[in-house]
Amino acid sequence: MKGKAWKLGDGISTDHIIPGRYFFLRSNLPELSRHILEYERPGFHDKVTLGDFMVGGKNFGQGSSREHAPLVIKLNGIQAILAKSFARIFYRNCFNNGIPAIICDTDRISEGDELELFLEEGKIVNHTKRETLSFPAIPPVMKKILDDGGLVEHVKKYKDLKLM
Amino acid sequence: MGMTLAEKILSEHAWKEIRGGEIAVLKVDLAYVQDGTGPLAVRKLQEMGFSKVCNPQRTIFFFDHASPSPRFELSNDHAFLRAFADETGIQVSEIGQGISHQVVAEKWVRPGDVVIGADSHTCTGGALGSFATGVGSTDAAVAIALGKVWLRVPETIRVVVEGKLPVGVYGKDIILHLIGRIGAAGATYKALEFVGDTIESLDMAGRMTIGNMAVEAGAKVGLLASDDITQGWLNRMGRGKEFRKLSSDPDATYERTVPINARELKPTIACPHQVDNTKTVDQLGEVRVHQVYLGTSCNGRLEDLHIAAQILKGKKIHAGTRMIVTPGSRMVYMEAIKDGTMETFVEAGAVITSPGCGGCVGLHEGVLGDGEVCLATQPRNFQGRMGSPKSFIYLGSPAVAAATAIEGKIADPRKYL
Repeated sequence: MKGKAWKLGDGISTDHIIPGRYFFLRSNLPELSRHILEYERPGFHDKVTLGDFMVGGKNFGQGSSREHAPLVIKLNGIQAILAKSFARIFYRNCFNNGIPAIICDTDRISEGDELELFLEEGKIVNHTKRETLSFPAIPPVMKKILDDGGLVEHVKKYKDLKLM
Repeated sequence: MGMTLAEKILSEHAWKEIRGGEIAVLKVDLAYVQDGTGPLAVRKLQEMGFSKVCNPQRTIFFFDHASPSPRFELSNDHAFLRAFADETGIQVSEIGQGISHQVVAEKWVRPGDVVIGADSHTCTGGALGSFATGVGSTDAAVAIALGKVWLRVPETIRVVVEGKLPVGVYGKDIILHLIGRIGAAGATYKALEFVGDTIESLDMAGRMTIGNMAVEAGAKVGLLASDDITQGWLNRMGRGKEFRKLSSDPDATYERTVPINARELKPTIACPHQVDNTKTVDQLGEVRVHQVYLGTSCNGRLEDLHIAAQILKGKKIHAGTRMIVTPGSRMVYMEAIKDGTMETFVEAGAVITSPGCGGCVGLHEGVLGDGEVCLATQPRNFQGRMGSPKSFIYLGSPAVAAATAIEGKIADPRKYL
């Protein structure tokens, strides 16, 4: 599925994605998700469309372990997050919720570029720039979680961790 | 071939020898969530169909972020967590008992444990020689349900700190200096291990500050060997028998070594809006401060309060600046009341709030307004974290906090010591 790129900078923290001032909405995810990137990208929630891509720089998702950050990204219809690097807790949280977090050279992607992800082939086609970006294979454990539909589905299926 | 401390602890929990880079499923000794990550973890447990948990005696729900609750939505979350704990026998640490990472260090964490917490600063427990790491709600739910977690065994970056710390320089300055040097992603996916004579002579409070902020360099864990000081801490907590002496083998393989000369360190400040944006206090220039915040999982311990009180004793907080003090736990609060530390703060004009995470997460008890500047002892200063996205957070030691409160601008504490 093709989608549009939303380009963000380096060091986007979970505080940027969904700040502590909305802590009280954490058990109301539809309402919480309206406040996604509210200060960083005003109007994001109203403009984003299903299947779009979130594109960051270095150390995406740094900071708090709040899983609500990847969850509100998912609820806003983002199909995958592309970044030069990810903070480790955020990276796990993405896959646990079935969101591909892809490490690639995002300098070559601009705001609004039309992208298409080919997960199995390890490539992203940038239809706007008419070029293809390749990325290293997703680690097998993460791939297994993704294929099972997230960690909850995995554990429901096996009643255990059967990742290797 | 020798093993790092991380490899040793994780091998014990994987029932086989595992090395840096390998992925393994591990036994979890202690699992906890807090009131911000707990409700989602419980929903994930329910979604997975678990009505029982693996080890309720060593699973804890902490009510520390909204403590006490400032909103009915959060009161409902608390009720939801309490009900699930009642059904399953999970331990509850109620409002006012303190910050999860402080309370587990007092009551639960043992050297050699694998500790999983749904809070990024779970790595505080590394100060006791435990492999303590933060995860999200789903991973925590799985750890609670199955008593297991999967982890990639981290390679270790060895930080060697040597020499006597100058007066007015503390554990906080060591870790801020390191993060400024290696960057906020300088240790992503890695273990940081702190060794050297400076670390060996640091008290447990200083060690916990260092472990706490390992995540601010991206690390999975911030480990220290367990030694006589760890034993002394456990004795003080009535848990002396839980001590085990653990350290890396002399011939362990490290990814790299970062040397730090403690003699050259100065009071260090992280400037807005990144923890790795550090300067020494003398490089800073004049920064007017509206609020000083002393506390949090990073610097809410008795020793931290003592350092600040020593500077504030008999002085008044600067007009136009407010100071908030949040003890890290009920135990810290009690001791600080008994020894007169709290009296010093109140006399100086500070506000004392109940033990917990306080203002650090922007929820209550010191929320910043537009254009306001805060000097905080907390571990993190991202834009908007403490309230308005138009506010500014500087991070420093409890000594810097006290000196700043007196002068109303970020100040060098060394002249007060």
